[in-house]
Amino acid sequence: MVQTAFILLLVGIAAGTLGSLLGIGGGMIVTPVLTVFMGLPIQYAIGASIIAVIATSSGATIAYLRDDLINLRVAMFLEIATTVGAISGALIAGIIHPLWLETIFGLFLLYQCFNMVKKLRGKGKKADATNVQPDVLSTQLKLNGSYHDKVTMEKVDYEVTHVKGGFAMMYGAGLASGLLGIGSGVFKVIAMDSIMEMPLKPSSATSNLMMGVTAAASATVYFFNGAIKPEIAAPLAIGILMGAAIGTRIMPRIQSRMLRMIFVPILLIMGIQMFLKGFGVGF
Amino acid sequence: MKNSGEEIKKAEMQKVEIIIGKVMQVGVFVAATVMIIGILILFVSGNSGYEGNVHPHDFNSIISGVLSLKSYAIIMSGLFLLILTPVLRVVVSIYAFVVAGDKLYVWITTAVLIILIIAMVIGMYGI
Repeated sequence: MVQTAFILLLVGIAAGTLGSLLGIGGGMIVTPVLTVFMGLPIQYAIGASIIAVIATSSGATIAYLRDDLINLRVAMFLEIATTVGAISGALIAGIIHPLWLETIFGLFLLYQCFNMVKKLRGKGKKADATNVQPDVLSTQLKLNGSYHDKVTMEKVDYEVTHVKGGFAMMYGAGLASGLLGIGSGVFKVIAMDSIMEMPLKPSSATSNLMMGVTAAASATVYFFNGAIKPEIAAPLAIGILMGAAIGTRIMPRIQSRMLRMIFVPILLIMGIQMFLKGFGVGF
Repeated sequence: MKNSGEEIKKAEMQKVEIIIGKVMQVGVFVAATVMIIGILILFVSGNSGYEGNVHPHDFNSIISGVLSLKSYAIIMSGLFLLILTPVLRVVVSIYAFVVAGDKLYVWITTAVLIILIIAMVIGMYGI
């Protein structure tokens, strides 16, 4: 019992570090470890990874608010789309076959992976989009912001664009998490970074804040139907909170380009994971 | 004039964001502490307080379990507190936008809170 808890703690530390660094839920680490290595039935693994998302999010948000990396307006405006998406996902879960969606989402992630590689190779030292022209909505909604970059020690002002596209993508992110219990973070980062052209660091930090809010609703479902097992979820959550403390110390101090380089293999693995799941190969 | 006004509001907003961070820190700390206490009781007593693989997952059994210091019930209450931390974040954010005098975002964030509560209630009672 103590040994299992200790392993879960370590898994949590790893998932929390990576998750808070990139603004993703860490489900891609937690779920396979729990199902494949520990032989836990899938519903309990999903219950535990929902808790993992919330722990990562809450742990990371504390630090990123302090470091002035989060764009609270972007978070709250887009949160409307993700929460509505999550509810509609849960409502239509019985109607649509999830396997279809997994294949499509998997392909989409692989495409985004390709996009990120292109971004890394294209611009030399600049890892983020430059000369972004804000659209009407981003100005009206006051979404343009700034963040403090600890690497260059300067305040970086940024504009966001394609707000409608980002909003639609966020609805898709919510739909995916309501329907499949996945992708709470990675689709959010893509929506902000790739579609709205927000720099990667605030995108990741803002995704961290958002994903907990999106996950809270599904967490109540799993909590009250008994899928969240205390002896699994709690040691994992503690580990993740510790990991988030590590990840949030690393992220402000590394270059955006480096962060993007860490992101690429993650997108690749997740894309393949999801695509294969669409064909019934789970891992 | 307009610019300096905006700068002040921005500074205020940042101050408020730090307050949100602190409130959340307390929330996460409480949730983690409750979970750790539960885990320690579980390890020391070697007893979950429940038969076999069962764990409490409705309000009544969790509350009565906590009152009789059953480890699983204490851990579950800690996990529930953790699930509430994102809600706390939205509530404090509403306050933040009130302080910043940003009416539009007071409404947007209130809408998020309402949608979230609806979703959680749906989750609690099943669809």
